[in-house]
Amino acid sequence: MIDNHILAPIFVQLFTAIIQLACWRKTLTQRYLSVGGSLIGLMVAFRLFSRVYEDGILTLNAANWDAPFGIVFVADLLSVTLVLLTSIACFAVSIFSSVGLSRQRMLYGYFPIFHFLIMGLHGAFLTGDIFNLYVYFEVIIISSFVLMTLGGRKAQLEGAVKYMAMNILASMFFLTGIGILYGITGSLNMADLSLRIQEVQNKALIGITSCFFIIGFGIKSAVFPLYYWLPSSYHTPPSAVAATFGGLLTKVGIYAMLRTFSLIFIPDDFTRTLLMVIAIFTILTGAFGALIKTNIRRLFSYLIVCHIGFMVGGIAMFSKVALMGAVFYLIHDILVKTNMFLIAGLIRQLRGTMDMNKLGGLYSDYPKISLVIAIVLFSLVGIPPLSGFWPKVFLFQEAFIQHQYVYIAALIIGSFVTLYVIAKMWSEVFWKNPSASEEVENLFAPMPPYKKILMVLPIGLMALATLYIGLNAEAIVKITDIISTQLMDPSAYIDAVLGNKTD
Amino acid sequence: MELLLVLILGLLYAAGVYLILRRSMVKLLLGIMLLGNGANILIFVLGKITKGSPPVINEAYKVFQEIYADPIPQALILTAIVISFGLTSFAIVLLKRVYALVDSDDLDDLNTPEEEDI
Amino acid sequence: MKSAILQTATRYLLPILLLFSFFLLLRGHYYPGGGFVGGLVASIAFVLHSFANGTENTMKILRYKPLSLIPIGLGISAVSVTFPLLFGLPPMTGLWFEEPIPVIGMIGSALFFDLGVYLVVIGVVLTILFTIALND
Repeated sequence: MIDNHILAPIFVQLFTAIIQLACWRKTLTQRYLSVGGSLIGLMVAFRLFSRVYEDGILTLNAANWDAPFGIVFVADLLSVTLVLLTSIACFAVSIFSSVGLSRQRMLYGYFPIFHFLIMGLHGAFLTGDIFNLYVYFEVIIISSFVLMTLGGRKAQLEGAVKYMAMNILASMFFLTGIGILYGITGSLNMADLSLRIQEVQNKALIGITSCFFIIGFGIKSAVFPLYYWLPSSYHTPPSAVAATFGGLLTKVGIYAMLRTFSLIFIPDDFTRTLLMVIAIFTILTGAFGALIKTNIRRLFSYLIVCHIGFMVGGIAMFSKVALMGAVFYLIHDILVKTNMFLIAGLIRQLRGTMDMNKLGGLYSDYPKISLVIAIVLFSLVGIPPLSGFWPKVFLFQEAFIQHQYVYIAALIIGSFVTLYVIAKMWSEVFWKNPSASEEVENLFAPMPPYKKILMVLPIGLMALATLYIGLNAEAIVKITDIISTQLMDPSAYIDAVLGNKTD
Repeated sequence: MELLLVLILGLLYAAGVYLILRRSMVKLLLGIMLLGNGANILIFVLGKITKGSPPVINEAYKVFQEIYADPIPQALILTAIVISFGLTSFAIVLLKRVYALVDSDDLDDLNTPEEEDI
Repeated sequence: MKSAILQTATRYLLPILLLFSFFLLLRGHYYPGGGFVGGLVASIAFVLHSFANGTENTMKILRYKPLSLIPIGLGISAVSVTFPLLFGLPPMTGLWFEEPIPVIGMIGSALFFDLGVYLVVIGVVLTILFTIALND
């Protein structure tokens, strides 16, 4: 069904960013605009989600060119779910950053760039054209470069060089893959590609092309041999930025993998084995990396890598239940990981450091905040009935059916290491009595009460959303069920994009 | 013509990969630029550099068959050039700032263990 | 770099290049050209001026910061993209005036999009170049 309004989330972010650019250096106005724009964006995304949930897939032919020739935007349930989650995360982060960020960084245009980043994310989720996906990837990485270097401290710039080099390399792989794909098939529309790629005789060439996409998306989503840029750069920017990055940027890579491998390169045995090996090593290296870190944010960075492996494993098994697990984990991961970095920012505000050895006694000082944080940490670990538990059920179930015992072992190790590091963090940061010799630099106490509320509120909101996913898992399972049905059988997607041409 | 382009593109990719594997930041930047240009030429070559393959028009019709080439690869390359222009200019500014701070061109010197985070 | 030849040449080249960039912008819909190329030519004109007369002088003749061109250009482009939505058409659809206008020819929403791109390109390029030049 054609709907001309599915780009509304993109336009809301775009206009917010433009108005904020016009209010250059007026940081107070920018803060109001940012929170207001994110709220409108959230409402628009929610409306789009409910429409797609009720009416099925919506499409839009940009500039009124018919489907395989022009650029098409497609809102299927996977896209709009991710747009909705992005909007929730955007709302929380924009509230948090309106108080948790230094004025210096706001003066250099933090807010407009942040909204351009969110616009890029929305666009990447909604587009149905593979070159357009590349363009939105570039919008995302250019904005993220600027966000990463804002402030310009030495560690930040050093992290940014690694981040920049690896991401540009990933784009080059992606672009090369697109070039070869266009040469083979003569189309860029993903639905059209899905049909044309079946007619290509030279299957080996398609396999090689898919490797380009695996490498490109693999760098972006930080999988095993290509992940090292993430832990060496994500701990450097301010927490609000790290929250956006940690929660959303790697997940775009996973989304792109889900999309291309369900539509264009249907995984054969080789691809599945490759992805499975990647997944297992990603889980193990991420887990072992997390074991030795004492800085909270470095620890979280390795946990991101570890949990990316869970989702890649789900894609590798490529069956309905496995994809349900992967998509459910994606939903859970976006909310929890964003929140984790916000929590890291709050802890830094409370104690002036993020080193676990120097922290302590937060539970006795701030029992209520600690309880909210505990919910998030338990969800991350996956204690039933919270949100991290349910997707793992699906992944285990499917892994047993397909006899992927190594993956099961990796899942168990990954989960236990997550449990162990989070338990260690809890006891070190919240329960341990801080050593008296440490100078505590509390930036939180002298803040006016409204600022305190604005700082804790987004964490509470995200925790509520996580709780909702965990306790109302049936609704989410229903959604993931529809999504994985659409992914396994793309005919509905193809019909929605190309269907109006046949009659 | 095609053979020449293929050779150039292989050379560009090879040189780009070689430069990226070096330790110097300037060579990293040059490598990225060469890889970008290589990718552009790749798209150009794969989009069939011949006249007479107009898009959209059905093959049965002979209109515009003579003069029009497929414009999509050119549109893609133009977009890619614009993007790589933005990326490169950002990278230059970034590397310049890093050089001013670290006072070294060597990527191995970018490892100050700084525990204090914001 | 102070060179009398370059300074004299720039005095004449600056308006000519600006005019040429505007020409490129206007013919862009059917012929090679368009907002991006036009914007680059226009910013090259200012870069040439800054080579000849120093960056401070170029900033003086610009009066406004090039950064302020970015929101204006983006705004024009974004409005021209979303404008067709008011008529129930998909975004980015070309809307055209009925009557051709002398010299320029047909005017449509694509021209306004290109105009926005033109301004954004000038703003971005000059901002980057001034940032690099003034750091030294």
